[in-house]
Amino acid sequence: MRFVDEFRDADKAHALAAKIAALCEPGRKYKLMEVCGGHTHTIYKHGLEDYLPESVQLVHGPGCPVCVIPMGRVDDAIHLASQPDVIMTSFGDMMRVPGGNGSFFDANAEGTNIRMVYSPLDSLKIARQNPDKRVVFMAIGFETTAPSTAMTMIRAAKEGLTNFSVFANHVTIIPAIKAILDSPDLRLDGFIGPGHVSTVIGCRPYEFIAREYGKPVVVAGFEPLDILQSIYMLMVQLSQGRSEVENQYSRVVPWDGNPVALKVIGETMELRPYFEWRGLGFISHSALKVREKYAAMDAELLFQVPGVRVADPKACQCGEVLKGVLKPWECKVFGTACTPETPIGTCMVSPEGACAAYYNYGRMNRNRVAEAQVTNA
Amino acid sequence: MTTGHQDNPTWVDEALREHDEQLEVDAADAAGRRQLPLADREQQVLDRIDRARRRRPRVREERITMSHGAGGKATQTLIEAVFLDAFRNPLLEPLEDAAQLTLAGTRVAFTTDSYVVKPLFFPGGDIGDLAVNGTVNDLSVSGATPLFLSAGFILEEGFPVADLNRVTESMRDAAAAAGVRIVTGDTKVVEKGKADGCYINTAGVGLIERDVHLGVAGAQPGDVIIVSGPIGDHGITIMLARGELDIEADIESDTAPLNGLVSDLLDAVPNVRAMRDATRGGVATILNEIAKAANVGVLVSEDDIPVRAEVRGASELLGIDPMYVACEGRLVAVVPAETADRAVDAMRGHPLGREAAVIGRVRGEQPGIVQLKTAFGGTRIVDLLVGDPLPRIC
Repeated sequence: MRFVDEFRDADKAHALAAKIAALCEPGRKYKLMEVCGGHTHTIYKHGLEDYLPESVQLVHGPGCPVCVIPMGRVDDAIHLASQPDVIMTSFGDMMRVPGGNGSFFDANAEGTNIRMVYSPLDSLKIARQNPDKRVVFMAIGFETTAPSTAMTMIRAAKEGLTNFSVFANHVTIIPAIKAILDSPDLRLDGFIGPGHVSTVIGCRPYEFIAREYGKPVVVAGFEPLDILQSIYMLMVQLSQGRSEVENQYSRVVPWDGNPVALKVIGETMELRPYFEWRGLGFISHSALKVREKYAAMDAELLFQVPGVRVADPKACQCGEVLKGVLKPWECKVFGTACTPETPIGTCMVSPEGACAAYYNYGRMNRNRVAEAQVTNA
Repeated sequence: MTTGHQDNPTWVDEALREHDEQLEVDAADAAGRRQLPLADREQQVLDRIDRARRRRPRVREERITMSHGAGGKATQTLIEAVFLDAFRNPLLEPLEDAAQLTLAGTRVAFTTDSYVVKPLFFPGGDIGDLAVNGTVNDLSVSGATPLFLSAGFILEEGFPVADLNRVTESMRDAAAAAGVRIVTGDTKVVEKGKADGCYINTAGVGLIERDVHLGVAGAQPGDVIIVSGPIGDHGITIMLARGELDIEADIESDTAPLNGLVSDLLDAVPNVRAMRDATRGGVATILNEIAKAANVGVLVSEDDIPVRAEVRGASELLGIDPMYVACEGRLVAVVPAETADRAVDAMRGHPLGREAAVIGRVRGEQPGIVQLKTAFGGTRIVDLLVGDPLPRIC
């Protein structure tokens, strides 16, 4: 298939892997964080770690939109969905995220009407078809999905739809990266920068990472060769003692981002003073809320939001996993009490979550795999 | 308002308690080898997970959710923990596509299936031929010659009679094509809103005339795994036919009766170990059933799995894996290695098996686990489906 197969070419991967291995200094360990959950998913889905030397370790970052939603926020959403005449819409990933009293799926089994949509615009269709219902879109995601929420609000305003509102849970990536850089538990050598977020915000916002923290950043695409190449680019920088922001994903990411997308976000939403992230706690100026101009579409004003705060189950170590301090399998409940079918932590829910990716795709001992392949050859 | 750990759903507490018990076992295991290297510690965790996965399944949810019908992990848990537990008997226990019975000295296969597909009519078929073919296929892959079907209808008040006629006509045609007769039936009507148009249940019986003993538990290391054609056509067709995605592709459902194909295969290779028709949960689910039932490892190669470009394209866009997407006219066969070529040739000689291909093999390593060699050159696990990418596919 064109535009896909080119980026999954095993021969090119072998060549890149050899170049990466050649750059490794003996005795030195390299810890690189892929910030974005989409990258985590690609890495496991294609078995990319098989190409990396043992000294190059990938650490999975916080860029999974579902994973950073705290349990209380899920309960708030279910509370909204339980109000009379409400149809709630959200992305499929949200449906199975457990709150303090179960997930959206469980809530639907109890009588709420929470529907999965592929695009926020689908919510408008539902609103038009159900004029006697109140349609609430539970908006989640980083800067990647915020523009589509913004466009949906602008479209709704233009159409004069009065039965549509947004429960905004959009978060922003830079404060999360900063929180990780300031976390004392973790020593990283470089970052594989998020690709989709960067299509919106561009590469410039990462410059402080290179300048102030001395860590190289390479913004990467989502096919396995993209990621392998960005690892190579990071290794080149490290071997030359450089720390700069580079753009591997230039076929999609403009250096200055997408000004139109940024403008519509700015028109409809503004920064919250603070927002709670699962595992990372409250981070100031790290999330978006609906602007006053669009107050008529702000579910947080239209409905009473209880603002539930639910402590994570004590055994759950999503926070450590999100910060990259723990590998998924190092979490105490990984794979036994917490599995994709009955997730306790959010990292086990979304296909972009590090725990789900490892459980579904990588739950095997690499050394044993290597042995097995030799004996099977 | 801050609530604590005690407000977790009860299953969380239960899961955590089970986990703690397991930890005590592990602690005893690990006594004396505290300072293990990383890889060994990882292996220890993997072993613990393996034990957890082999525990008796339990339904933790308080109510049925859509995942219970998706054909993946939750469906399997529901079947084993509720239905098998209640009805347990040696004929049900193998959980094959059809039960194999002996009636007055004659071997018979018996099966049932319900159809709730939405939309009722889709490119390549409708709920009617799906209901006939699905049951014909469950009998066929059990090594039986399908003979007689029943048809039960649950109709919603207001359902157009013209649509019902369309459905019954395609059932008639599908039955004729498969060489079976619909010999008994039932009709129920429910109030408007209590069903979605038309649901159909079919049951079927067939005669096992050949001396075959098929079952996924019979898979042995070295055996070869064959799929009869491109996978995922039905699921993607339904997904696009719902018109919710604004994607168009020139693709139709693969719904078809497999009895002819199975017959050709068994003529050529009488010692086929097992066959399954890939419906909900797709080929990945069958591979996992093989790995679990026979306690073997399964290794398949992404490059060798036939997938139409349209299906691959739509799957990429939607972020789903064709391995989990339903088929309605494809089977997966496990055959001894030395018969692989003969089996593939026999299948390719039949119109429904023209694109049959060897996709992988059974092995002794990593029992219970299905591994995929990716086209990119890495390896990963292919687990049972969790969650529900698409409800009401059949």
